[in-house]
Order: sequence, then structure tokens, then C-alpha cells
Amino acid sequence: MSIESDKPAGHDEARRTFLKQSSLLTAFTMVPGPVLQAATYELDEKVAAAFEKVPLRLEVNGVKHKLSVEPRTTLLDLLRENLNLTGTKKGCDYGQCGACTVHVDGQRVNSCLSFAVMHEGKKITTIEGLTNGDKLHPMQEAFVKHDGFQCGYCTPGQIMSAVACVREGHAGSEGEIREYMSGNICRCGAYSNIVAAIQEVKNGGQKV
Amino acid sequence: MKEQAQNKQIGAPMDRVDGRLKVTGGAKYSAEYELPNMAYAVLVGSTITKGRLTGIDTKAAEKAPGVLAVITHFNSPKVPGFDTAGKDPSQPATVGGPLKIFKDDKIRYNDQPIAVVVADSWERARFAARLVKGQYAPEKHKTNLEANASEAFLPTAAKKNPKHPMNDYQRGQVDAYKTGAIKLESEYVIPTEVHHPMELQAITAHWEAPDRLTLYDKTQGTLATRRDFAKEWNLPEENVKVIATFVGGAFGNALHSWPHESAAIIAAKVVNRPVKLMLTREQMFTNVGYRPYTWQKLGMSATADGKITAITHESVGQTSTYEEFTESTLAQTRMMYQSPNVTTRYRLASLDVCSPIWMRGPGEATGAFALESAMDEMAHLLNLDPLEFRLRNYTEQDPEKNKPWSTKFLKECYQLGAERVGWNKRQLKPGSLRDGEWLIGYGMGVGTFGAHRGAATVGAQLRPDGTVLLQCATTDIGPGTGTVMTQIAAETLGLDPKKIRFELGNSSFPKAGTQGGSSTVNSVGPATQEACLALKEKLRTLAGAAFASAKKEDVTLTDGYLALSGSPTTRVAYADLIKQGGDKAVTVEAKPGPEGQKYSMYSFSVHFAEVRVHELTGEVRVSKLVSCADAGTIINEKTAGNQMKGGAVGGIGMALMEAAHIDDRFGRYVTKDFADYHVPVHADSPDVQVAFVNQPDPHVNALGTKGIGEIAIIGVAPAIANAIFNATGKRIRELPITPDKLI
Repeated sequence: MSIESDKPAGHDEARRTFLKQSSLLTAFTMVPGPVLQAATYELDEKVAAAFEKVPLRLEVNGVKHKLSVEPRTTLLDLLRENLNLTGTKKGCDYGQCGACTVHVDGQRVNSCLSFAVMHEGKKITTIEGLTNGDKLHPMQEAFVKHDGFQCGYCTPGQIMSAVACVREGHAGSEGEIREYMSGNICRCGAYSNIVAAIQEVKNGGQKV
Repeated sequence: MKEQAQNKQIGAPMDRVDGRLKVTGGAKYSAEYELPNMAYAVLVGSTITKGRLTGIDTKAAEKAPGVLAVITHFNSPKVPGFDTAGKDPSQPATVGGPLKIFKDDKIRYNDQPIAVVVADSWERARFAARLVKGQYAPEKHKTNLEANASEAFLPTAAKKNPKHPMNDYQRGQVDAYKTGAIKLESEYVIPTEVHHPMELQAITAHWEAPDRLTLYDKTQGTLATRRDFAKEWNLPEENVKVIATFVGGAFGNALHSWPHESAAIIAAKVVNRPVKLMLTREQMFTNVGYRPYTWQKLGMSATADGKITAITHESVGQTSTYEEFTESTLAQTRMMYQSPNVTTRYRLASLDVCSPIWMRGPGEATGAFALESAMDEMAHLLNLDPLEFRLRNYTEQDPEKNKPWSTKFLKECYQLGAERVGWNKRQLKPGSLRDGEWLIGYGMGVGTFGAHRGAATVGAQLRPDGTVLLQCATTDIGPGTGTVMTQIAAETLGLDPKKIRFELGNSSFPKAGTQGGSSTVNSVGPATQEACLALKEKLRTLAGAAFASAKKEDVTLTDGYLALSGSPTTRVAYADLIKQGGDKAVTVEAKPGPEGQKYSMYSFSVHFAEVRVHELTGEVRVSKLVSCADAGTIINEKTAGNQMKGGAVGGIGMALMEAAHIDDRFGRYVTKDFADYHVPVHADSPDVQVAFVNQPDPHVNALGTKGIGEIAIIGVAPAIANAIFNATGKRIRELPITPDKLI
């Protein structure tokens, strides 16, 4: 990697220069007509915009989506801003708080730390997908019963993480639960109640 | 009577009424409203700490894809109220005022917003924001409190008004501890702590018409926010609507209006689209307040038999250069213990930082760290059990105001907590208990906070479907306001809580104060109760002869009918009442009475900690934490207990890990996220035990409540610090107590 390519602005300029040049060269065959025309008229920003999106196929909560997204769009922002699935929360954008936890092919993932385009063809489950029709998931029931939240903002992430924690076999004891749930911060401090909810689900033997 | 017992809702551990929405992702927070044509805004912060903005290069940002506007001091539309705000004589006198964004070229703190970039997506706004470059004429800045403590001053509000609570306080002799037989003098420091609710500060601003503004905002007070922004834009208050149905935690930082809110409103005006703005976690350090860095000195003297003879408590807290922020750091010292001589002196130091704002247990939590640590130090000097020492100095009436307590059950709290934590295992000599390489110690800390009550109004309406709708502009930042109000209404009406809906978080609803200072249940609770009584009375008068002669307390609302208890056949269908106008809402305001003149009203708490300190690594584990509260009537033991547990967890953070650090060379925070600024996680938290005395206070309100939110954290940090001393013999007077201070 050259030093220049580390600078985002420089890199961007270089890419647009390339677009302009390529529009006069071999890219003729690949570039749609209007885009080419725009490039010729030096509407380089619009051209860049057209190229910034890439196709993406995802299955979210059982619904298949054909999307066109910018490669820099995180899975979290895609869910919240493009699909209006705002149950998944943004708490830090650095994978430090767990509020954005979703399941990707059954594994818990910090959706803020992963680009949407990394999940081509994968199955995403968010908090909205945990409910079966009107029926709450046992973990959701247990959070309500044990008051495993206050403000509710970290709650979807806590629940998605809790379900995974039990499925992974990491809910064997109070200590183990606390360790394996430590990626999910609750600033209201409802930890004791969250642990009680997870223990009830684990010990209840219901399918999670 | 039997029926009464069945309808007992107050005190029942009811599940939250909004629990289902919160566990399904259905609860909408301020950045989650879908409006057509939404635009996204990202702030650009100053990279210097003090000086002037001489220019700003926005060209690259303006050309970046999707960018709709780049707004700075140089091109911002004039905010009309910026010239008049603060001059309204109806507002209480304050010194200074909030930062007026983009109004001038002055830089007052590092990361002060110098531009807002608006684009058609987050990604594009964020990228373009990185292309904006400010040019500055920097000046020498001050960000270190201790280096500037010599310039500390009495708050201007106190200088102007000799009765202001921030004035120096004196009872008995000045600084009498200095001549005491047994005395101590210690200095304590708490660092800047940041609220860091999990929801990032966010706002969606929508000009629905050129003179009509709707804000979906993270705020603890819909009406305070409405007032602030109506004033900024010279609009009648009714033209501004503030919606905060769900607030993802706040802990005080949404008690103030901040520059990002003004920025979003300006941006929405400029691009003529709804604008969503969400701060980053870094910006949560720099632009929305914090618990201020505070230096304290506490001198205390006592007799050999454990009677305190004098206390002097001084503190210097930091504030900004443009606003004088004060808090009640020294309040607890004046009233908690029976000392004939007490001196307090409160000072501020103005630094080139963003203004602080009250953080949970504001002031008192800071002051309690010094006072309750000093109590432990004195008990140690006297070779007395710290609990016994506190009992010997227990106050049966308020020694500051010379008034009786409205209620005080702190002794009962001491007893409950001591039993639960196993206080009898505590050894007087530090370092006496161990388990292998772990040293074990026990400590306690006391908390108190005023049982504040303000005026509040609630509207109550019988609906055609037989449900009752209640509305109030109050907010719920997490304690469960809607749930406990539903319980109060259910008990007052005799109606099933499932038939009641309590709506809040909307400035259009009947008035209530801001959710802060543990005052919501004290204030909105009685308003809910009185609105329900008024509704019942109204329905009774519509219900005809059979009800006219009935006792008011026998009238109940049931499924579909107004009924009389003890007379099952006497009933009137709601449909019949509604035909006569029974569905018209009744709105009732409830205000505090004169009781506050007669009594000193406080909530009390005590926290007991058992810690294990690793003798080689200095790692501290809080193995037990027991919090006991005298908070009056507990409306819902489940939600109240949860709130107490949360305060205790916050106290663990305060004691052991939380500190926001500025690199004074640059005036910039070096702690920028949760990797640097540690807050307690699951593994840091023990199973917190909570006990309530649950005795009603008949003077605060008819419900008997006193408030929980603040006392849940006040006193926790010193309890842990004292337990660490008991375990190790090391007295740490500077928070947080990180392992490096113990090895």
C-alpha cells in the first residue's frame, strides 16, 4: 500500500480521476450510457455516487431482500436506516457496548462492526425476528418478568446476546453468564435482573 | 375491605406496562422515527481548545456526494432568540447561558461544534464531515482544575444573593475542627465522570411549517426543551412540539439543552427537510455535560467517646467559561450528623471546557465520597465500628434547618443492611480477613437527597371502550414512570391496570416538571391520584340518584360499569355516562402544600459493600453490595428495586473505574469511548441486594413517596472505598480506585 492510498481524500480523488479516464478508455463497454455522458460532462460526483452502491442479497427475519448499498454501510445502519428495523440499537459504533447485537447465521455479531456487504446471502435475525407472531420468545418473556431493563435501549442487544449465550452453552452458572454477557453494557445497571432472566430460561429447559 | 385488598395495586411488583415494546424492539427512541425525505446531520468539532475560528474550508465537503448543506458560523441563518435568550425576566436568574452554536467565532472548548454537515445518508454526512477543516487563532487554554484552583470563586448567584444555598455555611465556630482533641484533615478528588447513557444523544428536527417545529428529542423534560427552543426561534411555545416517548437513559445529561439540538434545528431550517442528528460516543464526552472534576477538603474533630464536634467541608468544582454550573456537593455535610460546629465553602473554577450537568446523585454523590470516607477515617482513629460511630452522631431532627424530619428511618436501614451484608464479620483492624490471596473487607456509606416535589398536571379520560386514558408531559428515562402511574391510577379508580393507559413524553400533554432530582413520583404521582379521583367524582355526579348518596370511596370503575362496592346491583354502564359527556377529560393540577415549611424532607439510604482485593494485582471485586433505602412508600418493588440496583452499579463505576481524562497540553479528552472510559459490565456487578423500609411519608404527598433515583448511588462509592481500606489498610482518596493505587 502506498502512503497516498492511506489518505481517504486522496484515494477518493484518485478513484474519480480513474473513472473519468476509464470512461474514455476500455470502460466504455461496462459503463451505462447516462453515466458515461455525465462523466464526459465532468459530473464526476454523480458518477461516483452511481458507482458507490453495490448489490446485496440478504435474508432478514425470514424476509429476502435485494438491496443496493454503499460498501461502507454497516449492517447496523442498513437495518436501522434502510430497512427501518430500529429495534437494533446504536450505542457506540465501535463494538464496545453490544446494543447492536444481532444473529448472523445463528451467531451473535456486533452489527456496527460489520459491513452489510460482508453478509451476502446470509440470514440475519434481529430482535423483531425473535417474536413468533404475537408470541414472545421465552427470553423476551423472562426479561419482562424479571425486569431485566430500565430504559430499554440496550435490551434488544442483551436479549439477542442472551439467546446466543444459552445456545452456545455458556449459561451454566451465574458467573459464566456474567462473563459471556459482558460484551453487552447496561448503563441503567439492570445486570442482576438480566442474569436472573437468563438463568430462568436456561433452567426452564425451553427451546431457545 | 376484602375488595379493597384485591384491588391493591400500589406496592404490587407489576411488570412494566411498556415491557413488551422494550423487549420486542417496538419502543421508538428519538432517532428512530421515520419521516419522509429525512436528511442526516453530523457535527464537526473544533480541534483547538480556546481561541478564534478565523476561517473554515468547506469546499470539499460541499462537493462530496449527497451533501445538502455545510453550516458554520460564517453562513448560519440567524437564530433570532440567540440575541434575546436569557433576558426573559420570567426565568430565574442564571449566570451565563448555554452555548449558542454558530453565533460567533469564539472557541470555548475542544470539540465545540464549528460546522454541521447535512447529507442524504449517515455515510455521506459522516464522510463529508471529515473534509471540513477549521482555521484557528489559538489562545492559551486552561483545563486542569488543580492547577487553576487558586482562581476559584464563590458562584456569582451566591454573591448576588446572601440566601443562595451556594453561599458559605456556618453553624457554631468557624473551622472549629482545627482545635479539636481528635481530628483529621483529608483531601479528596473525584475525576470528571460522564453519564454515557446507552442511547447516544439524538434528535430529529422537523419544521412542519416555517413557524411550527416538531422535535423528537432525547430529553428529561419535554416542556423545558420546548421552552428553550421556542425561545431560540422566538416562537410561541404551542408552536413547538417535543416528543420523547422513550428515552434511552440519561442520568442527568438530558436536563439541559445542548448545541447539537440547536444545530439540528438550524440544519432542518436550511435544507427544509427533517434532519436527524445522533452524536458519536466521542461527542458524548465533549458536548453534553458530565459530573465535574471536584477537589474537596474535609476536616473533622471528635471526642474520644465518638461525638463529632466539628466538620469543615470545602470543595472546588469545575465549570465552563460561559456558564456557572453549581451542585449541592456540601448539602449532606450540613444535615447528616449531629455536629455543633459545621463550616462549608463551595467554590467554582472556570475552565475551557464544556459546561458540566448534574449526573445521578448530583453533587451529593461527590460530597458523600468525602464525608463518608472521612466518617470511616474518624471511626478508625477512634477505634470504633463505623456503624456505631454513625449511630452516636445520628440526628433526630435536621440540624441545619432546625426542623423535624418529615420521616427518617435511616436507623432501620442500617439494621437491615448490616444484617444482610454480614457486618458482624467485619474486623476493626484492617487487613484481618483473607481468602488465599484475596483480602476481604467491609465498608458502608450513607446517602441522602431532598424529597422534592413540584406541581404537576394529569389529564384523565374515560374512553368509549371502558378504558381510562391518562396523559402527562413527564418523561420516563428508565425508572418505569408509566408503570407506577398506572398502578396509582388502578388503585385509585379500582380499575384493572390493563384497562388503563398512561401516556407521557409529549409536550402537548398536561404539564409536569423535568424528570430529575428524584421528583417524578413525588410530583406526578399525586397528580395522577387526584386526576383519577376527579374523574370518579365526575362520573359519580353523572350516574344518578343511587350514586349521589354513596360514599366517594365506595365508587369504583369496573369492566364496563361504574359500580358501588358492597352493592353489586348498583351500576351504570359507561356508554350511558358517555352519552352525558362522561368521556370529556378532566385535568387536575396537584401542588405541594405548606408542609415543606414545617418539615425537612429527605430520602435516606445506606450501602454496605463487601470487597475482595487481590494482594498482588490490586484487583478489586465487589463481592456483595447491599443497598437499603428509606424512600417512603414503594409503589412497585420490582421497578424500584431495579432502580436501586442500577444506582449501586453506577456507584461501582464511580468507585473503581470511571474517569474521563483531558490531556491538558491540548485540552482534549484522551478517553474517547468505552475502551478508555470503563463502565461496569456484567462481570463487574455482584447480585445487588436491595431492601426498603417502605414506610410512607405523610408530609411529602398523599402517597407517602420520597424518591429513589439519587439515593441509589449517593454513598455507594465511599462504601466501596471504605471496604477497600478495611481489606487492605490503604486509604484511597482519589477516585477511581484502580489497581495501580493499591499495589
